[in-house]
Amino acid sequence: MRVAENLNAALHSLLAARPDLYVLGEDILDPYGGAFKITKGLSSRFPDRVLTTPISENAITGVAAGLALAGDEAIVEMMFGDFIALAFDQLVNFASKSVTMYGSRLPLRMVVRCPVGGGRGYGPTHSQSPQKHFIGIPNLALYEVSPFRDNLEVFAEMLGRGEPCILFEGKVLYTRQMHAVPEPFTVRLDDGVATVFVEKNPDFVLIAPGGMAYQALEAMQTLLMEDDLLGTLIVPSRLYPFEVDVPDVPYLFVVEESTAGGTWGAEVALGLNQERWGRLAQPVTVIHSQDSIIPAAVHLEDQVLANEAAIRRVIKETLRG
Amino acid sequence: MTELLDRSVDEDLELMLTIRAFERKLLELYGQGLLNGTTHTCLGQEYVPVALEALLLADDYVFSNHRGHGHYLARFGDLEGLLAEIMGRQGAVCGGVGGSQHIKRGRYLSTGVQGESLPVAAGVALHLKRTEPGRLACVYIGDGTLGEGAVYEALNIAALWRLPLLVIVENNGIAQTTPAGIHLAGSVAGRAAAFGIAYQRVDTVDVAAIRDRLAMPVAAVRTGSPLVVEFVTHRLGPHSKGDDTRPPEVLRAVEDWQAAVDPAQSERLERRARARVEQVVAEVIMRGPA
Repeated sequence: MRVAENLNAALHSLLAARPDLYVLGEDILDPYGGAFKITKGLSSRFPDRVLTTPISENAITGVAAGLALAGDEAIVEMMFGDFIALAFDQLVNFASKSVTMYGSRLPLRMVVRCPVGGGRGYGPTHSQSPQKHFIGIPNLALYEVSPFRDNLEVFAEMLGRGEPCILFEGKVLYTRQMHAVPEPFTVRLDDGVATVFVEKNPDFVLIAPGGMAYQALEAMQTLLMEDDLLGTLIVPSRLYPFEVDVPDVPYLFVVEESTAGGTWGAEVALGLNQERWGRLAQPVTVIHSQDSIIPAAVHLEDQVLANEAAIRRVIKETLRG
Repeated sequence: MTELLDRSVDEDLELMLTIRAFERKLLELYGQGLLNGTTHTCLGQEYVPVALEALLLADDYVFSNHRGHGHYLARFGDLEGLLAEIMGRQGAVCGGVGGSQHIKRGRYLSTGVQGESLPVAAGVALHLKRTEPGRLACVYIGDGTLGEGAVYEALNIAALWRLPLLVIVENNGIAQTTPAGIHLAGSVAGRAAAFGIAYQRVDTVDVAAIRDRLAMPVAAVRTGSPLVVEFVTHRLGPHSKGDDTRPPEVLRAVEDWQAAVDPAQSERLERRARARVEQVVAEVIMRGPA
């Protein structure tokens, strides 16, 4: 099953099982079923709770917060994750704040889904990885779709938190098969965190969420075959708060598609450096995209985005000099 | 509805004067350095929530804003809880976390960012329409709020989805220090008309007349016909603490509803209102931290 189908199936199951759940978004009505078809079939089956909306990202996020405030559950689709900038106020100043700012815990069960990332030539305003803008906001949890974790479970966990969550969905993952790992690696899942490994002590560990997981995996394959360097890949499901049991090895890398500056990877690296200073061969290395907007032309986009080649180069340089 | 409309004039007037005494006392306490942060008083606008409360049900949602003390007091009459909240003392409605402009009690909620509550209220109205028909979500905003895009996104959705949303615009003609003449193009009526939303203009301070005028339109909101009500009103005091930039002669000319009240009645009720506020302050100020 492809990742897009898994997400779609998860939404079908959730709407069937939860009579108070709404799905809101732009152009999500059948037959179109959303720009990436993740909401396909939902409006035909659940017409009173799957609502196509005006182009009003701010308002529909507020509507979701209002539904959650009244005891319902809501999932909002941003057509492109970049547009979540328009909903920043509702998420930061209302929904997340309301969980605790009224003196006692007010559970708000809502999720904002964001297709993110480049590699598809959509250009500067349709290719970003906005995760970094939402780190460190109390009661706003961040998740990223992992090809190794069933999304029905992810949604159930997010709604169960009783606080707003953002689910980032790497667009390049949509057409990928779930749970697929190349030889000789196998995958294990613990509390939603995937570990892709070979039964042997690794030379290094890579932490790479979502769309970067396969770039990381390809780099690991090449490094193993060509350079005899063995890596273990950790694919987190929840990005923030980040609570992942990372193996104790001297070489740690965090890989993300975000452009440089104030990134999620830097936050993770800071925590690991503080915790493991003295046991690391060198500070945790963060591999991210360039400090640049994301160009549309394929050759220009390639120069900006972190990719398999960059991951491989950095790891090899770090371990072999 | 009839018995609500028959609330005694004294009762309404005393509530309005209590809100006024409460707000004046807050400014005084600030002046004495006894309060933390800031506050936005509703001096001059007290009659708006007092008039409206009679048209609202206990199960309706009410969304207030930064200038919300009057909205809260008109709904709950709870001077102690509000003052304790503002002072961060025991018995605070929200444990002192929210303070003056972030208060939630049951289905009443205020927030401090302009326009933010409209989409949220639309979401609540969507919930009510499906699961509790007959209830509505009422949102108080000001003329300054009309500069926010969220207002129009929410009005569009409320009209399209026929939501039980009641928007009260307290148009006091000034946004903090900026007069409407340089912050507001067009009219409130024109804005409502643009979305095909029903509109009522209230330019009287007569509480009974306001209720008479609005009873039917508010009843229609309950059946899914959103409504914008514009109160042409006047802010007697500063935006917050001491930031009124209007010249004294302009301030002196600001219309005050209290001027239309029979002086003897006004004096009698005001004395009681002030005494109650003094008593609440004396008691709350002695409490430990929340």
